Amino acid sequence: MERRELLKMIAAATGMAFVGGEVWAAGLTAPAAAGSKSLFSASDIALLDEIAETILPKTTTPGAKDAGCGAQMAVQINDCYNATEQGWFVDGLKQLRARSQQDYKLDFMQLSKEQRHQLLVKLDAEAKVRNVQLQSNDSTNVTTKKKAGDKNQPAAVVAPSAPHYFTLLKQLTLFVFFTSKVGATEVLRYSAIPGKYDGNLPYKKGDRAWAT
Amino acid sequence: MTTATNHYDAIVVGSGISGGWAAKELTEKGLKVLLLERGRNIEHIKDYTNAFKEAWDYPHRDRPTEQMKQDYPALKRDYPLNESTFGMWANEKENPYVEKKRFDWYRGYHMGGRSLLWGRQSYRLNEADFEANAKEGVAVDWPIRYADLAPWYDYVERFAGIAGNRDGLDVLPDGQYLPAIDLNIVEKDVAARIKKAFGGSRHLICGRTANITKPMPEQNRVNCQYRSKCWLGCPFGAYFSTQSSTLPVAMKTGNLTVRPYSIVTQVLYDKDKKRARGVEVIDSETNQTVEFTSKIIFLNASSFNSTWILMNSATDVWEGGLGSSSNALGRNVMDHHLNAGAWGEVEGYQDTYYSGRRPTGFYVPRFRNWGSDKRDYLRGFGYQGAASRENWRRDVAELSIGADLKAALTEPGRWTIGMGGFGEMLPHHDNRIFLDRTVKDKWGLPVLAMDVELKDNEIRMRKDMMNDAMEFFEKAGIKNVQGYNGDYGPGMGIHEMGTARMGRDPKTSVLNGNNQVWDAPNVFVTDGACMTSASCVNPSLTYMALTARAANFAVEALKKGEL
Repeated sequence: MERRELLKMIAAATGMAFVGGEVWAAGLTAPAAAGSKSLFSASDIALLDEIAETILPKTTTPGAKDAGCGAQMAVQINDCYNATEQGWFVDGLKQLRARSQQDYKLDFMQLSKEQRHQLLVKLDAEAKVRNVQLQSNDSTNVTTKKKAGDKNQPAAVVAPSAPHYFTLLKQLTLFVFFTSKVGATEVLRYSAIPGKYDGNLPYKKGDRAWAT
Repeated sequence: MTTATNHYDAIVVGSGISGGWAAKELTEKGLKVLLLERGRNIEHIKDYTNAFKEAWDYPHRDRPTEQMKQDYPALKRDYPLNESTFGMWANEKENPYVEKKRFDWYRGYHMGGRSLLWGRQSYRLNEADFEANAKEGVAVDWPIRYADLAPWYDYVERFAGIAGNRDGLDVLPDGQYLPAIDLNIVEKDVAARIKKAFGGSRHLICGRTANITKPMPEQNRVNCQYRSKCWLGCPFGAYFSTQSSTLPVAMKTGNLTVRPYSIVTQVLYDKDKKRARGVEVIDSETNQTVEFTSKIIFLNASSFNSTWILMNSATDVWEGGLGSSSNALGRNVMDHHLNAGAWGEVEGYQDTYYSGRRPTGFYVPRFRNWGSDKRDYLRGFGYQGAASRENWRRDVAELSIGADLKAALTEPGRWTIGMGGFGEMLPHHDNRIFLDRTVKDKWGLPVLAMDVELKDNEIRMRKDMMNDAMEFFEKAGIKNVQGYNGDYGPGMGIHEMGTARMGRDPKTSVLNGNNQVWDAPNVFVTDGACMTSASCVNPSLTYMALTARAANFAVEALKKGEL
C-alpha cells in the first residue's frame, strides 16, 4: 500500500508529474524504436554532466558529476522514454546550446560556473511560467486522457503539449542523482538494514533525509 | 500413461498462499501430496536475487523501460512494472487474455505465486460480512458463518505470524498477534484527534501485517528488519510466503512432491463415479502431456485460473465445464476497488523524524453502513495509509537550481499524511470471465476473456471513499487536504475473487460449505474463487483459514471413506 501511494505521488521538484511516468504516457502512443543506437554522443553526455552539475553542484558533499549523472541520464532517455519524449530531450539540448550562443556568444561548455548558473536560473524561471500555462489547460487534458484510456472509446488520442525542456532535464537530474549510490549514501542518509522502526526520532535542522 | 508413480493421495494445483497451505495441512496429516506449479521453481533465499539491491544497482534505477512497457501492456498500468520485480509477473505475450472490458490481471507464475509479492495486510472478515448477502438479498448466502471460521483464523494467524494490536472493534475481529508495528508520532496524534472528533465511531489503528516482529526459530524465520523490500523475497523469512513458511514444513514431512513447469489443463472426471480421478498436465518445457491421479484434488491456482481449469474439465458432461451446472462458474467477479482517498499536510513536528522502513502503515476500519450509519449504497470500505516526511521528490517551487536547492532537498520536508480506500465490490451475475476459444496461449490453450465493470453501488461508494477521507483529515486538523477519486480498472486491487463461489444450493453455487465442488465432491477450491462476497478487508488471511478448514474436512472425510 505504501508503495502504491508513493509511486503515485511522485512529483519531482518541478511542479509537475514526472515526465515519462504513466500520467504523461497516457496520450502518447509512438514507442521508441527498441534497440536503436544511442541518441547521445560523448559530447552530449559531457553537456548533460555539466547541466546536472549546475543544477546539483558539488558542495561539502558530492555533486552530480561525482554521481555520474550525465551518462545515466543518457541511458534513461534512451531506454525509458517514448519517441515523442525523446524528441523533447534531443531538441532541448539543441535549444540550450543555441541559447548559450545567443546570450553569451559561447558554447555552454565554455561558460564559467557563474554563467552556467545564471543561464539555468533563467531557464528554470521560464520553464516554471510554461508549466503554469500547461496546468491551466489541465482540466481539458484530463478529460482527453480519460477517453484515451477507456478501451471502449475509439482512440481519440491527443498528445499533451510539450513541457519546457528544462523541466525534463531538471527532473531527470534530480532522479538520477538521488537514486545514485553517491547521492543516496554520501549526500542523503542510507541504512541497508535498519533492524528496527522508531516512529519518533529526534530531528534537528541540518540532519539529512533518508534516501529510501 | 498413468503409472503407479503418478498416483498420490492428493494433488494440489498452485503453490501460492492457499496452495502452500493445502500442501502443508495435507502432508502434515499424512497424505502423500503432489504440488503442481505452472512456473519455474524459486528457492527460498537462494533465488531472491534482488533482495539486497538498491535503486543504483539496476540499469534504469528500477524504472520500467519502453521495451518492458511494450511487452507488458496490462502490467504497466499500475505500480508493479519495474526492474526489481521483473520476471516475477506472468509473461503477457505467452499468457494473453481478452479484455471485453479493461481488466488488470497481475499474475505470479512461479513457485510461491503471489505469496512472494503480496501486500501482507491481514484482517479477518467480521460476523456481518458473512450475513450481509442474506440480510440484504444480494447474490446468495454464505454457507458458513464467522464462528465456523474463527478457530481457523486463530490457527493460521499463529503459524503465519501476524503483527497487530487487539483493538477490540466488532467491525474488525481481533486475532492471535505478534507485537504490532508501531504508528509514528504524527499518526498517533491523528488517531487521538480522530477518536475525539468522531466520538469513538472511527478509528485509526496499526496495520495488521504478515511480517513477524519476534523471531520464529521453529520455522527458521528472523523478525522483520524494516527494509521494506518484502516483494523482492525476504532473506530473513520475515514475511509469510509459501517459501518462508508453508513449503518447508510440508517438505519436512517427507510426504510432498513438488513439480514445477506443470500447467494443469483439466480435472479428469469419472462420469460413473461422479468423482475426479486426477488431473491432466502439460509440461511447459517439453510440451508433453502427463496424467496424475489422486483421491482428492485441491485447486489453488488463483481465482481465475482455478475457474479456468474447471471450465476446461468434464466438458463432455457439462458444456461449460465442471461446476457450470450452477450457472455461477465464472460469474460474480469481485475485486477491491481502490485509488480514492485523500492526503494533506501536517503542521509542525519539525523536530521529529523516523528511522527504519515499515512494511505496513495505518488502517482505518470500515465505518459506513456500520452500526446506525446508513448510506445510499450497501457495504463499505476501509482505508490504508501513512504519515511521512517529504523527500527529495517534493515540490520546492520557491527554489531554483544550485547549492540552495541541493541543500534543501538533502533535508526532509514537511510531514504529509495520506490514505486510500479499499472498497467492497458486490457480486454481480453479469461481471464474469469466460473461455475465449479463438485466442490461444503459447501452449495452444484457450484463454480467459474478462467482462467486468464497477456497478452503481461501487460508483456511489467511491464518492464517500474520497469525501470521507477528506473529512477525516480535516477534522484531525490536517491542512490543504486534497481528495482524489482516480483511475481504477477491475483487477487493480489484485484481489480478484468469486468465480466459483460457495453456497447452500448447487443450483446457484459451485462449492458447498466445505469448499467441495457440488458436482465432484473430491475436488476442493479454496483460493479466492470460493468467495461468496468480498468484504472490504484484504482477503488472503481468509483464504488461508478456509484452506486449513477444508483440508481438515477432506482428511476426516477420507478417513471415513466418504470421498
